[in-house]
Amino acid sequence: MFPFNFEWVWDMSHMVFMGGLWYALGILGAGMTFCVIKAILDTASGKGGHHH
Amino acid sequence: MKHTGNIGKPKRYGMVIDLDKCTGCGTCMVACMAENNVPFKKDESNKLDSITWLRVYRLTNGKPYPDNEVCYLPRPCQHCAGKHEGHSPCVSVCPATATDYDQETGIVSQIYTRCFGCRYCMAACPYHARYFNWWDPVWPKGMEKALNPNVSARMRGIVEKCSFCFHRYQKAMEKAHMEGRRELEEDEYQTACTQACPAGAITFGDLNNPEHKVHQIAQPDPAKGGRPRNPKVFRLLEELETNPKVYYLSSREWVQEACHKPHLLDQKTAHH
Amino acid sequence: MDSALIPKGVKRCPIWQFALGLGIAGAVLLWGVYAMFLCWFKGLNQTNMNDYYGFALWIWADLAVIALGGGAFFTGLLKYVFGKDELKNIINYAVLIGFICYSSALLILAIDVGQPLRSWFIFWHANVHSMLTEVAFCLSCYFCVLTIEYIPLILENRQLDKVPFVHNLSHSMHEYMAVFAATGAFLSFFHQGSLGGVAGVLFGRPFAYREHLFIWPWTFFLFTWSAAAYGPCFTLLVTRITEKIARKQLVKDATIQLLAKIAGWMMFTYIIAKIIDTIYWATTTAPSLGFSLKEFYSNNPVYGFSILFIEIVVCGVLPAVMLVIPKVRSNRLLLTLATVLAVIGVSLNRWVMVLQVMAVPVMSFDTWVMYYPSWQEVATTILPVAYGVILIMISYRYLPIFPQEAELNPLEPETPVAAEMDSQEATEADADPELTPAEA
Ligand code: SF4
Ligand code: SF4
Repeated sequence: MFPFNFEWVWDMSHMVFMGGLWYALGILGAGMTFCVIKAILDTASGKGGHHH
Repeated sequence: MKHTGNIGKPKRYGMVIDLDKCTGCGTCMVACMAENNVPFKKDESNKLDSITWLRVYRLTNGKPYPDNEVCYLPRPCQHCAGKHEGHSPCVSVCPATATDYDQETGIVSQIYTRCFGCRYCMAACPYHARYFNWWDPVWPKGMEKALNPNVSARMRGIVEKCSFCFHRYQKAMEKAHMEGRRELEEDEYQTACTQACPAGAITFGDLNNPEHKVHQIAQPDPAKGGRPRNPKVFRLLEELETNPKVYYLSSREWVQEACHKPHLLDQKTAHH
Repeated sequence: MDSALIPKGVKRCPIWQFALGLGIAGAVLLWGVYAMFLCWFKGLNQTNMNDYYGFALWIWADLAVIALGGGAFFTGLLKYVFGKDELKNIINYAVLIGFICYSSALLILAIDVGQPLRSWFIFWHANVHSMLTEVAFCLSCYFCVLTIEYIPLILENRQLDKVPFVHNLSHSMHEYMAVFAATGAFLSFFHQGSLGGVAGVLFGRPFAYREHLFIWPWTFFLFTWSAAAYGPCFTLLVTRITEKIARKQLVKDATIQLLAKIAGWMMFTYIIAKIIDTIYWATTTAPSLGFSLKEFYSNNPVYGFSILFIEIVVCGVLPAVMLVIPKVRSNRLLLTLATVLAVIGVSLNRWVMVLQVMAVPVMSFDTWVMYYPSWQEVATTILPVAYGVILIMISYRYLPIFPQEAELNPLEPETPVAAEMDSQEATEADADPELTPAEA
């Protein structure tokens, strides 16, 4: 999973496979972070309070 | 000390089992269990979940008396090399790298502390050489004192299988290193079953070493994935290209057919 | 009592009825949980698996449930990537069903492995050449995607939505849903395929082995394809069952028909590919490994050629043709029948690719070994069904899952549409409604 695991090899299979994994995780992580930050900013600027 | 054989090159440890000599006595199985601390159940009548690294199958030619013939076939792990060295059916599928192909010796290892028991390797092995620990081992009182200290006992929930007594290889190598040698003599590393067989049906050694008996009997052809050149020698399920390192020898045609040409044996004639 | 939590403009059953339903499903759930703990504490000797059946009921359940949960990724792909906007009316439910299916699969896997506490080794010591590694990685990633897709739905609950932050969060997540959905489709393509690859790469098992295209055996593509085809069928079926239990229409016909049509064509093309695959395997692959087709289907009490016929013709070609013909699929009863057949078909396919693979002897002197699950295995397999029912009940009651519900069922006055629906549905048998929705 990480280059410091002893069975790690810098070959095509590892780069493609783990590349895909970290890429997907990256998108999900970044996407969620973005959504949360945006929600915080929106809330701070007073949006979404119309229900009260 | 003469060394013209296979110095410095990778070894390919393997076996030739002479089925015409095997009497089916089961000594190899017993020796294997004792050597490798193989756990057993109180009631061993259900063979589907008992552990036998080395298992003797009983084959018959299916003919009625007086033409009926029986053959016993000991089946350890075949230490398959696969289509390209290391692509064994089981090693290639293990998700956690818990079973490994040793490029030095050609032995397929099982890492007990890493296997998490998904059993994919069992599904992959056509020889049923892999066994799952459905229970924690329970030794009869006092027996734990007689366990082999060189082999770790296994816990519930993981897979195990024949290791060609790899701990013996390690011990022999240690000794050789102490004596300043890098190479082993043929008789320095032998498996427990080989030594125990009273009929001398099992021969063990380095298939890559022309001086070793296994090489001389099997005469593996490296160009054809190790296929034996000796016409009496064959491997189990040759057509699957698992490329096993266990060779069988028999001059009986029906035995040969039962072992590597499964489609020729239409009715399921055998029992075990 | 809980009316403040119920979405505006829709009617729900009285709370006692709801609680009763929860109680029944909860009892089944507890039974499963008990069996689960037995397996964890006593080990897998609680099952009827053995050294011939290292893979058995659980792995089948996993494969089936993931194929059926494929409706989520495929509907998402169609809506967000291919712009089939009509599907927005069913996407919530597809996501919920997918979420249930995938969480169930992960739970079953956690019971299935011999050393559950070591499960993380599959990530840590990953063997990137193993199909199972790919399955584990994509499965857990995709489960994250499904969670991300399900969260905004929860946040839309009437009371939660009043909190400004929650409202904004669900809003921003909705906005970026296309990115998540596309990632989900990408991950799904690989893990659905790899699940097919699990069997297809077993070159020691001629019954399972298939020729490769690049690094993938044919089953890789067949499994992805079939999940995309049959997953939506399961979504349709569960929607139908939910409508019957709720006694009202929840999704408009246009949406149902569109999804049914797409699923139909997917199934149609899939089954052609499957037939070609079967013929090639029977005439070329298996003989080259020293096996004849007959050996796979004789000398045993269960697996005869009829299995092949049922899978490919009765539950493959037939429902595909039914869904492709507009006249047939617009008949509600026939549509439901087709989806039932399709769900059986894909489940049977997964069964064969797991259980029959184990059953077929490879060494000529070996024998067929049959297997039936222990009660612990059955209970832990029904556990996710009960869990699914509970989650659907709660979600349906408190979350705006069906955007068209209020429009289709105006509160006052009682509409003729609903009455009509009821009489039409009364003709269909309604067997054991509590247990069917998440059936795998
Ligand atoms: S015999 Fe089975 S366990 Fe042994 S190497 Fe071959 S596939 Fe693996
Ligand atoms: S059971 Fe163990 S050795 Fe076998 S594939 Fe799974 S983790 Fe690997």
